[in-house]
Amino acid sequence: MRRITALFALLALAACSQRDTGSKDRTAAASSGAVDLTGAGATFPYPIYAKWFSVYDSLTGVKINYQSLGSGAGIKQLQEQTVDFGASDAPMSEDDVSKAKGGAVLHFPTVLGAVVITYNLADVTQPLRLTGPVIGDIFLGKITKWNDQRIAALNAGVKLPNADVLVVHRSDGSGTTFIFTDYLTAVSAAWKSGPGKGKEVQWPVGLGGKGNEGVAGQVKQTPGAIGYVELAYARQNSLPVAHVKNTTEAFVAPSIESITAAAAGAMPSLGAGSDYRVSIVNAAGAQSYPISSFTWLLVYQAEPDAGKGQKLVDFLKWMYADGQAMAAALDYAPLPTELRQRLTARLSEIRLGSAAP
Amino acid sequence: MTHGATMPRRSLTRRHVTNKVMVGLTYGAAFVATLPLLFILGYLLLKGTTSINLDFFTRLPPPPGEAGGGMGNAIAGTLVLIGVAALIGLPIGIGSGLYLAERRDSRLATVVRVLADVLNGLPSIVVGIFAWQVLVRPFGHFSALAGGVALGAMMIPLVSRTTEEMIRLVPVALREAALALGYSRWRTSLTIVLRTALPGIVTGALVAIARIAGETAPLLFTALGNQFWSLRLSEPIAALPLQIYAFAISPYDDWHRLAWAGALVLIGVVFAISVAARAATRSRFGLGGD
Amino acid sequence: MSDAAGAAATTDAGIAPLVSGDIEGRSLGDRIYRGVTTVFAAAVPALLALIAIEVLVAAWPAFSRFGLGFVTSSAWDPVRQQFGAAPMIYGTLVSSLLALLLATPFALGVAIFLAEFAPPWLRQPVAFTVDLLAAVPSVVYGLWGVFVLIPFLRTTVSPFLRDTLGLSALPFFAGADYGYHMLSASVILAIMILPYTSAVAREVLLAVPRSQREAALALGATKWEMIRDAVVPYARSGIIGGVILGLGRALGETMAVTMLIGNRHEISSSLFAPAYTMASLIANEFAEATGDVHISALMAVGAVLMLTTLIVNIIARWLVWRVAREARA
Repeated sequence: MRRITALFALLALAACSQRDTGSKDRTAAASSGAVDLTGAGATFPYPIYAKWFSVYDSLTGVKINYQSLGSGAGIKQLQEQTVDFGASDAPMSEDDVSKAKGGAVLHFPTVLGAVVITYNLADVTQPLRLTGPVIGDIFLGKITKWNDQRIAALNAGVKLPNADVLVVHRSDGSGTTFIFTDYLTAVSAAWKSGPGKGKEVQWPVGLGGKGNEGVAGQVKQTPGAIGYVELAYARQNSLPVAHVKNTTEAFVAPSIESITAAAAGAMPSLGAGSDYRVSIVNAAGAQSYPISSFTWLLVYQAEPDAGKGQKLVDFLKWMYADGQAMAAALDYAPLPTELRQRLTARLSEIRLGSAAP
Repeated sequence: MTHGATMPRRSLTRRHVTNKVMVGLTYGAAFVATLPLLFILGYLLLKGTTSINLDFFTRLPPPPGEAGGGMGNAIAGTLVLIGVAALIGLPIGIGSGLYLAERRDSRLATVVRVLADVLNGLPSIVVGIFAWQVLVRPFGHFSALAGGVALGAMMIPLVSRTTEEMIRLVPVALREAALALGYSRWRTSLTIVLRTALPGIVTGALVAIARIAGETAPLLFTALGNQFWSLRLSEPIAALPLQIYAFAISPYDDWHRLAWAGALVLIGVVFAISVAARAATRSRFGLGGD
Repeated sequence: MSDAAGAAATTDAGIAPLVSGDIEGRSLGDRIYRGVTTVFAAAVPALLALIAIEVLVAAWPAFSRFGLGFVTSSAWDPVRQQFGAAPMIYGTLVSSLLALLLATPFALGVAIFLAEFAPPWLRQPVAFTVDLLAAVPSVVYGLWGVFVLIPFLRTTVSPFLRDTLGLSALPFFAGADYGYHMLSASVILAIMILPYTSAVAREVLLAVPRSQREAALALGATKWEMIRDAVVPYARSGIIGGVILGLGRALGETMAVTMLIGNRHEISSSLFAPAYTMASLIANEFAEATGDVHISALMAVGAVLMLTTLIVNIIARWLVWRVAREARA
């Protein structure tokens, strides 16, 4: 009995210890030590954030623990101040900001991404062409078979199977959903009067997947499925993406170039005094991919913990300077240079060591 | 046999046929019932073995799309959570078991026995939301402590019942002898009876640990999960079942492979403990059957 | 099961009265010991009460706000703050009952096999293989379910049921096959509850006195007739108790179901349509619930789940207890 008690006491003691727990383990992949910053939010940018946090850790030893729970959870955790920063692809509404316990919230765009329509049709080798209204009808449950006339008309020469269309959407509060429904509201009258725009909507049909990962996973596992995910998820999993018709009637594939083109039109409005909460769906421009979006890191303007605040600012500075170069490899579009400069300057708006007024 | 003379022959044949058919169905049902375990173990071995190496136990999860890495932090996290849970569950469970064994028919004992079974049958996710309400919400952050407490609460009824049974198996003559020699009651209970029943109690404790080691639901919003080697009680912590879940629902093949390996390790430990426990209790106390 | 000397010396009232009350609990050590063990024992009902109270209190705002509509409405809308748990309650009940339907024949079959037919050398391995199913963690079931069971259902079982047998005319089998649906969740649940029902059934069948069996055989019954007419009726309450125990476990299962059921807030008649259960809802939405009303609604779902499983488990335990009491008498 004594030996067992001693054993458990030792285990508990080791767990409670504030010492550097990783130093005993020389084979650990990353360096040891406690976590410096915690963040939560969007799954949309998770691949590039994961890369940044990993590289930043190996460069500076600063550990940033990011929980990819969805934009809704990220905003909520920021409001409750249970995390040091949030991440979202849906800008916070005025109502959201008013509920934030730490005061004013600054939105810092980090990268540009795209919401793509991905699907699982083993025998269809060319990318499908879809238009906004057709996508709306699919997700409304009005188009139920892959060889429906409306899809076939856009894809002459492609042999579409007589299979059921299995819609996959998000089951959690999602910025990706926000971007996608923002787009559908703009291009489909039926969608606008139906589910509408939001981080969570009443989906007329379909499976619910948890996070971008869950949706991608379910589409990958289910023949005949169609879903919406961030571009990186489709690329990383070799899932096909549809070419979507933009405002100039051209069918555009999502790519760094077409995303950047979509952002170009928004640049003039992102000058001094902008809070950077801008939507770029259905953007003008012949090369624009119509379902593109910024994604934001959400930080409080007033950072009471000066040490943490400084670490956050340092990371953001590094991210705008060196981190952007890693975006393209993971299928995210880096921010335009002038935008980066403006945002780096804007970091000075973060007040370290002060509480919310 | 005696009916044969009075009943038409056809009916007897039909009864025999029915008998054969039903017995056959029973054999068939038994056969089918043994299949799921074999299939599950088979797939785990098939898909998980190749990913088990030293890296698996020592490295952190890789970012999506990158090969290699492991679930070292999740395994370490599970050990920490088990430690916290055991610190709570074992003393209370064993103490409760002692009470139940020694005061068998008191009202409290009857109530406790019934409620322990009820507590045992409570969905683990309900225990999770309770732990969240009490240990996460008031403090504003997720923590390993909250996860450990949730698991510890689940251990209590299991440990209590097995302890009670093991204590009751200790021959009363042993207790009498100690008392006759002048031991006080509490010393008798703790140093003689408990120590004699200890192997069985340890077995019961290990079975309880095996049960909670595989629990995911209570940890979803208490321990939450962590990508680093954090072992602090006041921080979110990784856990093997949590990591398996996250990897399983992701689209990345590398993560899937790690999930299979993690599941293999988890089930390996759980099975090893369960099998050893069955062997131990059976041989020690000569229980027939199962 | 204790050694003979001990059994002879133990009275029905327990170990304590064996020694005269005069020796009991006089010293300080004894009093502390009694106090501590009593407190620890009382921790069990206290913990249960605490859990029930905390969950109900946190759930109250949702119940008072939505009233009975909470269990009848299907609208689960965090944005407009409307919460109705009907699809989840429906999903939990249907998946559990379907799992019961699928598992019980096999659980009973294997129990009868082990109690009546199995040669001694086969008993241990078979019992082992079934009982160990209870030790498999839920998340492992989920993992296996996603990558093995769902494809199997989709490529083999679904076409067989819908096309070969032509059952797709029935509403239960109609509609698109989503892969992640009520049927796959029910099948995995059936596998998960099989060991529980089987173990209880086996125990009560083994407890049926030999005299019952021998009497039936002496009267000329076939082996099957003996089981059907003499053994099973004797053990009936216990078997039902075991079945209800399985039901209780199915109601509360979380991870495997969450990974297989498709997460859809909608009541659908088709087994091949995605659905939702109370436990899955909490598992998916709790970590990111937005706002107090949402949290309270999730707690309310937890409260409904808790009460449902409590009632079912109590009924199950009572039935099994009744058989044990009859067997002793």
